[in-house]
Amino acid sequence: MLRFILTKLLYLIPTMLGITLVAFGFIRLLPGDPVLLMAGERGVSAERYAQIAAQLGYDKPIWQQYLHYLGNLLQGDLGNSLVTKKPVLAEFLTLFPATVELGLVAIIIATVIGVPVGVIAAIKRGSWFDQISMTGALVGFSMPIFWWGLLLIILFSGILQWTPVSGRISLMYFFPPVTGFMLIDSLISGQAGAFRSALSHLILPSVVLATIPLAVIARQTRSAMLEVMGEDYVRTARAKGLSPRRVIGVHALRNAMIPVITTIGLQIGVLLAGAILTETIFSWPGIGKWMIDSISRRDYPVVQSGLLLIAAIVMIVNLIVDLTYGLINPRIRHK
Amino acid sequence: MTDTTVKLSDAAIRRRQIKEFWFYFSQNRGAVIGLAVFVLLVLTAFLAPLLAPHDPTQQYRDALLVPPIWQDGGRAGFLLGTDAVGRDMLSRLIYGAQYSLFIGIVVVAIALTGGIIIGLIAGFYGGWVDSVIMRVMDVVLAFPSLLLALVLVAILGPGLTNAMIAIAIVYQPHFARLTRAAVMGEKAREYVAAAKVAGASNLRLMFKTILPNCLAPLIVQATLSFSSAVLDSAALGFLGMGAQPPASEWGTMLAEAREFILRAWWVVTFPGLAILISVLAINLMGDGLRDALDPKLKRS
Repeated sequence: MLRFILTKLLYLIPTMLGITLVAFGFIRLLPGDPVLLMAGERGVSAERYAQIAAQLGYDKPIWQQYLHYLGNLLQGDLGNSLVTKKPVLAEFLTLFPATVELGLVAIIIATVIGVPVGVIAAIKRGSWFDQISMTGALVGFSMPIFWWGLLLIILFSGILQWTPVSGRISLMYFFPPVTGFMLIDSLISGQAGAFRSALSHLILPSVVLATIPLAVIARQTRSAMLEVMGEDYVRTARAKGLSPRRVIGVHALRNAMIPVITTIGLQIGVLLAGAILTETIFSWPGIGKWMIDSISRRDYPVVQSGLLLIAAIVMIVNLIVDLTYGLINPRIRHK
Repeated sequence: MTDTTVKLSDAAIRRRQIKEFWFYFSQNRGAVIGLAVFVLLVLTAFLAPLLAPHDPTQQYRDALLVPPIWQDGGRAGFLLGTDAVGRDMLSRLIYGAQYSLFIGIVVVAIALTGGIIIGLIAGFYGGWVDSVIMRVMDVVLAFPSLLLALVLVAILGPGLTNAMIAIAIVYQPHFARLTRAAVMGEKAREYVAAAKVAGASNLRLMFKTILPNCLAPLIVQATLSFSSAVLDSAALGFLGMGAQPPASEWGTMLAEAREFILRAWWVVTFPGLAILISVLAINLMGDGLRDALDPKLKRS
């Protein structure tokens, strides 16, 4: 197992370096002088220009600049935002929990609904439940989620007035962040109604973000179940007189879950891309909205490092998925 | 003894193949519906100047945010109402079909061509060439597609052409991986060895001998990418990074409609519905294509 983990980690290194190259290249590929871009829109004096150029290492050859950049990264220096002047990493770390909270709730919704729906659809193949749920899954899979979010706002915030339109919690409540997760922090704060407020802010964005993963998970679960249910060992289990519940719950479901877990893991990239749209629609203060705002404000250091951090997170999550896969499926590990 | 094998002409073989394809494709009811909707979409795009009752950019200053005809205040001239500057919604939606089709075709064409060439080279030569190419593809795949497309647009500048190029670059690794996997499977087959012995050049082996036998999964992936391209370009348009106003691209229309969501439901509902229906139709078609072309991938 250790060998398996080490090999996987080793494979990660070239890709990680590639990602740093992309982030490094980004500023240089932008039209215009990188020093002026990094200095912001107000322009700089000649001395300040030379100072920034030296500070960023632009007066050196390009490979030295890259090594310099890598060195900074290894020391945790991801540059400063042009707008807020704060270190990018610090900004990222304050906003990241909001995206994680949204993404976690979304993936929980998607799994808790998607897996049972897929299983039932497979067991009752060809039934009306199968047809309706799979049509629903295809619609969900084809959904422009930015539009879906707007529709839900029209219905639940506009017409029914059940949920707020944007933000993470009502301005009435204020408490210091402990975990960064509003649902948990609002509970800890003990303020009456705070948790309710946090939940009502979270529900629409997380449903919107869950839509595509839910559809993918339901479809994947159904096809994995159908495949497993045709296997010899399931037939044997049936033949030896086990109850249908035991056959499906123990023999079929366990094996069908292997590809499904991979699918759920692979949805993380989808979730992060979806978070960009969802957070924009609901003004959710997470890294998706932060990236969009930074792109439109031309806050290039933020875009550069945000890109790097998000790609690194996707890589790490994929690694964890790979390792889990090896853990639950010994066939992979021993290959 | 007489020889009973019948020699079929190339055309006859092709006819049989098409017949067989249609047999499997038409088994899938959803796929046929999807195809029908897609054909309608293509017709709408081509006949837009004839079908649209108004010029899509003409602003009727006396008809701002007119609701659809069946609602109170609706006007006969504007079937689906007008937007905030008095442009006819129906005409804009009809012209929007042109954008979606155009985007899908261009993105898939670029991504497919690039992906096939890269995948063929990686799969055919193997070794370090393969390793380097596939690591580069891994890097591209490590970024969430929409984010990478956004950043590429930030580099290239907002606009429809750049959005299409960005999306195509992001999709291309999928085609490269598929082609590579298929090529590696085919490369070891006897017919390839035979062609090699007969003196075929590497280029001929790659494009004429191997490629035609790798097409099935690529066609399926192309359909899926077509629908994703429509979605992603609409998302870019929605974020202000794709087609720029006054283009009647559906995502851009949604972006312009955002501030009116609680006042005028129609300016938000119809463009999104158009995106959903087009994407759904193409995905339905993709499911049918997969069943017909690639039985191994069959869903059930």
